[in-house]
Amino acid sequence: MNRHYAESKGLHLNYSIISDMIDDYARVLDLGCGNGYLLKLLKDKKHINGNGIEISQKEVIQCLEKGLSVIQGDIDEGLKQFADKSYDYVILNQTLQSTHNPDYVLEEMLRVGKKCIVSFPNFAYWRIRFKFFFTGAMPKSRVLPFEWFNTPNIHLLTVKDFFEFTKQHNITILEGIYTTKAKVRKAIHYNLFSNFFAEEVIFIIAKN
Amino acid sequence: MINNIQSVGIVQTKFYTIEEKIQFESGVEFGPITVAYETYGTLNENEDNAILVIHALTGDAHAAGYHSENDKKPGWWDDLIGPGKAFDTNKYFVICSNILGGCSGTTGPSAINPQTNRPYGTSFPVFTIEDTVKVMKKLLDFLKIKSLYSVAGGSMGGMQAIQFVISYPDFVKSAILIATTARLSPQAIAFNAVGRNSIISDPNWNNGDYYDKEQKPDRGLSNARMIGHITYLCEEAMYNKFGRRLQNKNHYDFNFDIDFQVESYLQHQGQIFVDRFDANSYLYITKAVDYFDPCDKYGSLTNAFKNSNAKFLVMSFDSDWLFPSCQSKEIVNSLMKLGKDVSYCEIKSPCGHDAFLLEYELQSKIIKSFLNDHIKGDYNEQALC
Repeated sequence: MNRHYAESKGLHLNYSIISDMIDDYARVLDLGCGNGYLLKLLKDKKHINGNGIEISQKEVIQCLEKGLSVIQGDIDEGLKQFADKSYDYVILNQTLQSTHNPDYVLEEMLRVGKKCIVSFPNFAYWRIRFKFFFTGAMPKSRVLPFEWFNTPNIHLLTVKDFFEFTKQHNITILEGIYTTKAKVRKAIHYNLFSNFFAEEVIFIIAKN
Repeated sequence: MINNIQSVGIVQTKFYTIEEKIQFESGVEFGPITVAYETYGTLNENEDNAILVIHALTGDAHAAGYHSENDKKPGWWDDLIGPGKAFDTNKYFVICSNILGGCSGTTGPSAINPQTNRPYGTSFPVFTIEDTVKVMKKLLDFLKIKSLYSVAGGSMGGMQAIQFVISYPDFVKSAILIATTARLSPQAIAFNAVGRNSIISDPNWNNGDYYDKEQKPDRGLSNARMIGHITYLCEEAMYNKFGRRLQNKNHYDFNFDIDFQVESYLQHQGQIFVDRFDANSYLYITKAVDYFDPCDKYGSLTNAFKNSNAKFLVMSFDSDWLFPSCQSKEIVNSLMKLGKDVSYCEIKSPCGHDAFLLEYELQSKIIKSFLNDHIKGDYNEQALC
């Protein structure tokens, strides 16, 4: 749902950043691939050998219409059908916060992918903090447009939370990209500044 | 949804006889076998546009079009085969044949044994899905088909498509497997067993020797079909179709005649079935379906598929409890494990197993997209910063 929203608003920054991260001819698995926009882009620009997993029938059909290979399935059930390190990249774009078991999903994607690309909206973004502080209501924003009762984002997190998690689970952060509407900043280590100013973040992570 | 809905028009069932004997999986050598088949569209110059579609349990070679101007019904997959349709006959050369052991033109137990000049009956050898596929391959060889652009089938047709990919991995470029399984569940075998039992326990079955008798095992065959039809529907489909409504009456009759619409439906299905199907064919074909188990035969499904280079499309229907989605997922998972190109869609439908013959709009869309691999990018490059 988030991904659709991003497309409808023309927010394609994530896609081009992710596309730049991926090597030509790589084997890519996109979890929660939505209507296949990113996979199609990677296929055309980077000639990847890609697969998608998507839970919604409607979006699975949209992927097929783009000529993509897609499996209808629930990533919360794990990736049992995939062998260890069978993909160069496993992507979880704007979906981590909507999974039921984010820790299990991350563990599974790190098992299957040599490298994993994870992106999510940073709940510690200053505008969200201020909105919450001054209005006392569940904050809504450009990237989190839902009401509390209909949001698919049931496991919202911050940059700080993510760093904490990777530390606890021995996950290596290979790259961190912090974005606001038009700006992009890179950093591997945690700092307060990023947690305050980044609206969305993209990490490349790995685990051996 | 579908543009240019047109029919392939008047078509004719053709016949090809395989003169030499074929070795069946059981070890028996059998022949000659005549195969009934139909084709739609034309084979292109490169000979790379042939698609084999395979019918389900009681289907026949007549997949599309009409046999005559007065024909009431078109072929069984006419919704999907024709100019501009999913299996576009302007682009593809579509072939469909009647299964070995069937009773719609291909040699089966009701055919005349040339050695005795009497119908084979139960002297017909028991065959397997591997054998039915072998026969289809002989037909394709006769038609000078060098490779298949796709092989497609639903239910038992899907099982044969799976076997086709396993038996002839280099011959098949893609496979479309609909509402099917790599092995029946014990529950599905149980329903087949009751169906067969119903035929065998009909005194008119007479050990399969009834072709020249006045009384045929119609009762047994129609009961078998009634059981089959229960499995093709689902609880929701039955509520939608019949509910608890009574058939042409407002109150119970307090006897054992037909009261409910669902009873009337099943009886009708049973009755019309005996006019078009042979009881012995039903025994043989359901047995072949029960035996089918490439997982067991090749050690695992992964091992069975390992030599295939085909691209796969697997579809199931969420209300199908006879060939449930989990069985399609088993196929998908084994293909994923091998790193094969596979797509899977679970279609929402209230129609049960029958959905594969009814939900043609979504299936058309999906199959059309799958078969068409030259799709240009539709994203807006300008928007990519």
